[in-house]
Amino acid sequence: MYFEAIAKVIADRVGCEVSAVKPESTFTELGIDSLDTVELLMNLEDELKIEIELDQPVSTVGDLDKFIQSKQG
Amino acid sequence: MLTGKVAIVTGGSRGIGAAIARKLASMGANVALIYAGNQQAAEQVCSQCREYGVEAKAYRCDVSSFDQVKDTVAAIKADFGTVHILVNNAGITKDGLIAMMKEDSFNAVLDTNLKGAFHMIRHCAGIFLRNREGCIVNISSVSGLMGNAGQCNYSASKAGLIGLTKSVAKELAPKGIRCNAIAPGFIRTDMTDSQTENPLVNLIPLGTMGEAEDVAEAAAYLVTAKYVTGEVLRVDGGIAM
Repeated sequence: MYFEAIAKVIADRVGCEVSAVKPESTFTELGIDSLDTVELLMNLEDELKIEIELDQPVSTVGDLDKFIQSKQG
Repeated sequence: MLTGKVAIVTGGSRGIGAAIARKLASMGANVALIYAGNQQAAEQVCSQCREYGVEAKAYRCDVSSFDQVKDTVAAIKADFGTVHILVNNAGITKDGLIAMMKEDSFNAVLDTNLKGAFHMIRHCAGIFLRNREGCIVNISSVSGLMGNAGQCNYSASKAGLIGLTKSVAKELAPKGIRCNAIAPGFIRTDMTDSQTENPLVNLIPLGTMGEAEDVAEAAAYLVTAKYVTGEVLRVDGGIAM
């Protein structure tokens, strides 16, 4: 549900095509470290107008999508 | 020098916090003053800040409360637009010998002095990360460097602030956010009124207690020192060297 928005923010951030960001892509593969992930979440909060309290580690883009969905219902 | 910047100063209604607020205002920063209870004193410091032509507003907040800090930082962001500088100065003492110290006294000091700083940094970090800019100054103490008999709770909180400072400095440096600490020695404030008879005062190499303005000068330096992070700057007349 949030995957497209997440993929767009990641693509803008790392300078790749949106299509290159897959649900199974890990943040490490995309060159995004843990602090970058926090920054990415903040970009997403601004983009989606939601508040994301990341209280568990996520390793893939799909994991993050599922996490946000679980919090937003 | 700090024109257009927004600075939060906790414990800003008197003593070192008030001196830092006035100093940052004199450098052009708009000031959000956080105070625990003395509204009149906080408003007076805000008035003094405004004399420098900046905006200043006081916010009542118990920094030991995660949620109160969250709401207060949100209110400051709404009022001032953003935050660039955070000075964690709020602190209390509940001195006593460890063999007699009540758990409440230990917890209260840790909650305000150490967790308060954590809460402030925690809730300002998002703003700093979005801005890719930020400067944090934590007011520690030589008590955290040397220890002080009768202040195990205060010393522990101030030593903890040094660890917090260095970890935050390392964590946020890649994003252009700096974090430093100041370790004041014996500074003439309401909090140290009881310390003027402390025999340690006679051991200060420079021979006198410091003034709140001396600490404010150090804070001004750290706020503007773009290549300094993770530092603990003693302002102590040499007592902890």
